[in-house]
Amino acid sequence: MAQCDLYWRRTRRITLFLLMIWIGATFGLIWFARELNEFTLFGFPLGFYGAAQGVLLVYLGIIWLYNRWMRKLDAEFGVDSE
Amino acid sequence: MAGKLTRLQRYYLYYTGTFLAFIVLLAWLEHLGMSPRWIGYAFLFFTISMYAVIGIASRTTDVSEYYVAGRRVPALFNGMATGADWMSAASFIGLAGTLYLSGFQGLAYVIGWTGGFVLVALLLAPYLRRFDQYTIPDFLGARYGGRAIRLVAVGAAILASFVYVVAQIYGVGVITSRFVSLQFEIGVFVGLAGILVCSFLGGMRAVTWTQVAQYLILIVAYLTPVAILSYNVTGNPLPQLVYGEVLERVARLEDKLFNMPDEIHVRQLYQEQADLYARKIMQLPRSLTLEREQISQRINELKASDSQMKDIVMLERQRRELPHDPDQARIRWENAMFAAVDRAKAPIHHAEAFPGDTVEEQNVLRINFLALVFCLTIGTAALPHVLIRYYTTPSVRQARESVFWSLLFILLLYVTAPAYAVFAKYEVLTHLVDIPLAKLPSWVMAWSKVGLVNIEDINGDGILQLAELSLNPDVIVLATPEIAGMPYVISGLVAAGGLAAALSTADGLLLTITSALSHDVYYRIMRPGASTQLRLVISKSLLLVVAVLAAMVAAEKPGTILSMVAWAFSIAGSAFFPALVLGIFWERATRAGALAGMLVGLSLSIYYILRVEFDGIPLLGISGLQMAPWFQVQSTSGGVFGVFAGFATIIIVSLLTKPDPEAAAFLRTIRFRREGP
Repeated sequence: MAQCDLYWRRTRRITLFLLMIWIGATFGLIWFARELNEFTLFGFPLGFYGAAQGVLLVYLGIIWLYNRWMRKLDAEFGVDSE
Repeated sequence: MAGKLTRLQRYYLYYTGTFLAFIVLLAWLEHLGMSPRWIGYAFLFFTISMYAVIGIASRTTDVSEYYVAGRRVPALFNGMATGADWMSAASFIGLAGTLYLSGFQGLAYVIGWTGGFVLVALLLAPYLRRFDQYTIPDFLGARYGGRAIRLVAVGAAILASFVYVVAQIYGVGVITSRFVSLQFEIGVFVGLAGILVCSFLGGMRAVTWTQVAQYLILIVAYLTPVAILSYNVTGNPLPQLVYGEVLERVARLEDKLFNMPDEIHVRQLYQEQADLYARKIMQLPRSLTLEREQISQRINELKASDSQMKDIVMLERQRRELPHDPDQARIRWENAMFAAVDRAKAPIHHAEAFPGDTVEEQNVLRINFLALVFCLTIGTAALPHVLIRYYTTPSVRQARESVFWSLLFILLLYVTAPAYAVFAKYEVLTHLVDIPLAKLPSWVMAWSKVGLVNIEDINGDGILQLAELSLNPDVIVLATPEIAGMPYVISGLVAAGGLAAALSTADGLLLTITSALSHDVYYRIMRPGASTQLRLVISKSLLLVVAVLAAMVAAEKPGTILSMVAWAFSIAGSAFFPALVLGIFWERATRAGALAGMLVGLSLSIYYILRVEFDGIPLLGISGLQMAPWFQVQSTSGGVFGVFAGFATIIIVSLLTKPDPEAAAFLRTIRFRREGP
């Protein structure tokens, strides 16, 4: 049972960490979109770019990282081996 | 390379090839003189028959195949199917237009609708897949136990899905009537046929494989016109990368145009018009009789003098078209007043975030923007028709991977939509505004005939000012092929794409409603001993009944139902999200807690939406219900309160009730399992 608890604790830590990134990117960054618009990136005002593409790429990155870390964790604990 | 592809990948490669060849063939036929109408028919017939072939080929009599496609859908394909399942007629046709009209403010939809998949990936998909059952009410029923929670879940799933499915079928009617000039009602029943060929015989299995096919068509159809437009404007066919540069040009044009004396004058004229309507509304019912008398008097004057018959007829028609009674006059004049107020407002720069004169105004917009993002995110993560897709993969690992693919395939469209909006704005600002009315491009005239473009020369100078132009959001995607001067075959392609988006979403929703009724209500509650054969017969009959019902509602063109779709997110988010997430992550959550939380969240959301949106129920003679929104949050984001109330209620009630002794064992099976899938 200790194995189960350890696996779950590490899953939770990964989940929480990535959720924090999600909150930071979505609610932290976008709150300042007006201020960020003062800068430009590839011709875009930065705040606009962040909301139209930047945040979405962060989302994709979050899921990619989650899958990678969970794959490793699964391999370590021998969970759901196909 | 070809040797390494799986059989499925090869099939879909052939399929895409066939579709592209079909487009080339039609382009050639158009060159030879095929009429647009027949091109429209060809697209309609060809795509629906391809779906029908897939749908019939995947017919099944197996329960697991019917509900979860036999859990054999590889991650990549499940991603595509989820993409089509998720992206509706609103994403395909409406989103770019919304972004055109509201600029930065519209990006809340883009962020919320994609952010939901982060929550699906981290909090829900792997656990639902490891649970290994069929529906979302199944999961809640197993975690908390009891019939009540299953019934509440079924109710919420149907509530959130039915209006949504009606809107999709309505979308099919709109698309077919515009591009193939079918009558709207006939278009609706063509849509019904298109939905049934995909889902009736094969359930989830058939829906999955047609959704993959529909995704391929919809993404090709969405990307092609804007890529060509981008190439025409910037010389680069990747609009997502280069529209920043176009946005800069748009900003410069906006700087120049917004403060031109003519523009300011036109906005003033609209302000005066709005004030006039406001006065007339205040003075009802006297103003209405006065107006009627004035027109009658003018008619009499004209009749007395020997003026032209034409003028008299025109005035008489004007008199006939006056509102019949003060109530009607109030509604009509209020609409006209709001439209005028809209046009009188100073325009906003496309990229400007949270425009407001004071910091307080800006903060209200910030809060509303983030509230909408939050609501759409949670709603997306809790829509049952999206969640059940993650039951269909072969393993937990593939379920996780398929969320990644889903988001990637969805991003392709959502990253392109803002580019559509910016290119359209650039086109409008360079080729429409400040141009003599007689010299406007032909697409403006074509679409103003259908009422999607509205031009009014209020200052009578014969030149179009920005404030004199109003666009329906749908026109941006629909007219882009014409804006870029492309042959009609591209317009037909866009119509086929919109059709694919609407049909695929409708299929997923219909299946969710059907399985909630046949699996959860009939099999789990009413007749646990029913044979497999009987269960499938019940499922298929219910599918037919629900589909016909939805088509009948859609054929009535219910305006209010369409605006209710935005509320589905609040309903699904507040009913399901807290109960699902706490059910997985918090062992202490109990049956009573979950039940109370779902009911409280759901009722609070509905209560908030109704109180903010409506003043009364005319049918029951109740009025004066309207309340001021809390924290100035709009009704579409009412789910914010529902979700928080749901979480709070579950936590409080759970702590007050006895812990559930079976929770730990259940959670062990969905959090950690050694054996293979």
